[in-house]
Amino acid sequence: MADAVDVAGIVAWMNGFQRRVHLEVTYLTDLDSAIGDGDHGVNMDRGMAAVVAALGPAVANGSVLTVGAALHMVGMTLVSTVGGAAGPLYGTMFLRMADGLAETVQLDTDGLTDAFARGLEGLRARGRALAGDKTMIDALTPAVDAMRTAATEGATLAPALAAAAQAAEAGRDATAPMLARKGRASYLGERTIGHIDPGSGSMAFLVAAAREAFGA
Amino acid sequence: MKKLINTPAKLVSESLAGLAAAHREIVLNDELNVVYRAGGPRPGKVGVVCGGGSGHEPAHAGFVGMGMLDAAACGEIFTSPVPDQLVEATNRANGGAGVVQIVKNYTGDIMNFEMAREIAQASGDIEIETVVVDDDVAVEDSLYTAGRRGVGLTVIVEKLVGAAAESGMSLREVTQVGRAAVSEGRSVGLALTPVTTPASGKPMFDLEEDKIEFGVGIHGEPGRERRDFAPAAELAEALAGPILADLPFGPGEEVIALVNGMGATPLIELYVMNAELARVLAGRRIEPVRTLVGNYMTSLDMAGVSFTLLRATPQRLALWDAPVVTPSLRWGA
Repeated sequence: MADAVDVAGIVAWMNGFQRRVHLEVTYLTDLDSAIGDGDHGVNMDRGMAAVVAALGPAVANGSVLTVGAALHMVGMTLVSTVGGAAGPLYGTMFLRMADGLAETVQLDTDGLTDAFARGLEGLRARGRALAGDKTMIDALTPAVDAMRTAATEGATLAPALAAAAQAAEAGRDATAPMLARKGRASYLGERTIGHIDPGSGSMAFLVAAAREAFGA
Repeated sequence: MKKLINTPAKLVSESLAGLAAAHREIVLNDELNVVYRAGGPRPGKVGVVCGGGSGHEPAHAGFVGMGMLDAAACGEIFTSPVPDQLVEATNRANGGAGVVQIVKNYTGDIMNFEMAREIAQASGDIEIETVVVDDDVAVEDSLYTAGRRGVGLTVIVEKLVGAAAESGMSLREVTQVGRAAVSEGRSVGLALTPVTTPASGKPMFDLEEDKIEFGVGIHGEPGRERRDFAPAAELAEALAGPILADLPFGPGEEVIALVNGMGATPLIELYVMNAELARVLAGRRIEPVRTLVGNYMTSLDMAGVSFTLLRATPQRLALWDAPVVTPSLRWGA
């Protein structure tokens, strides 16, 4: 496949993420029930169903032509349909990824890495959270670092995203021993230790879906 | 589970339709589940908006009307409204003098209100201020948590801020009324039974017959600790204690008090708890000069009670006594 991400690639990525979230609703909900309010799986499933319903047709009928427009549509749809904390967080991430890409039809490894890095900045700002607070940031941060390293070494999309997906999963697993400092989980304090953060769980699926869509 | 519902997915919109059918002073946008004052915003008056998950009725839609809220956005059960709903509420409340958003301190609510503020300000010339209510002393407030939850004090803040806006104060003054009240008001609650959400159909936690959940929230989340059930007098002491310890109420102080039911506790028991609260306060030489007793910030079908105490000042008493005409709070008009 061409070593670049275009609108069709964004559609494939979102379709893959939606399928994964839908298959894993119970897993995400179980993670959230342990330390939150138990609705992360259901909320993400509802939001991604709305994204898939909106994005594919918009690309097919030519009303969404650029990578930026596609990412923007994903962000706005998630903001309007997910609710809770995950809606604003994932919504902000995609809206920030779309920044500056309104005219862009193809993203290379560097471009995609920059987009993920902007998304991560957006998450930090919206959630006022840092690495180590036991949030989705703990899965995305190592993924962006791994992509950046690969991109600097001249890697194509496939190896860069393979490294990113592996790093996101390791980052997700590393949230288990952390003490939650943000969100509803923070009310439980020490009782959060030993549980994986649900947001880091869905984030690892998002990066894995990117590997499958762009890195094959 | 026996509930007077048709289907859980339509519970919020069908309940709001019933509220609107009963009250001519409010109008329902039934696509976005936003309730606003009939007649629209008054030009030159600061708009007052609240929003939050549903399941806390009459909060917040029941407090829309003259002297209180201009609009309320109603999310799904125990889920923050999304920015689209909050933008609609903000626009409905905008009379050109700015809008105050009253937000209960939960991560989702904070973020959705923040995005709504950005969207509303990007699409129009509107000044927006925020009052975050975080009064629950059961939650530790530190750099390492999301901070205290917003609970019963929210009702009092809505009344005071709404009256301040109605009186013609500026956006800055109205906001200051709200923030000052938040700094001098505290709450804590307890549950006798768990809550059952219509979607799950099951109690959210198990509570033995001889136990209470102390320091409980309003979303079915567990409280600070499980304690032995006890007579009303002891439970009232236990609730008043951490509030009085957290705020420097001294002898001779006057307070506005809210004895709030969680949804399934009858008024006869709430008045017993108020008698006990009055006794506890008298022992500290603190006088509750205004007291509201009833189910105002509820948690669906949970049985239980919360106490809220706010320092009374001459300005707060005047704002509290000012006329209000809403579905669930009305006096003086």
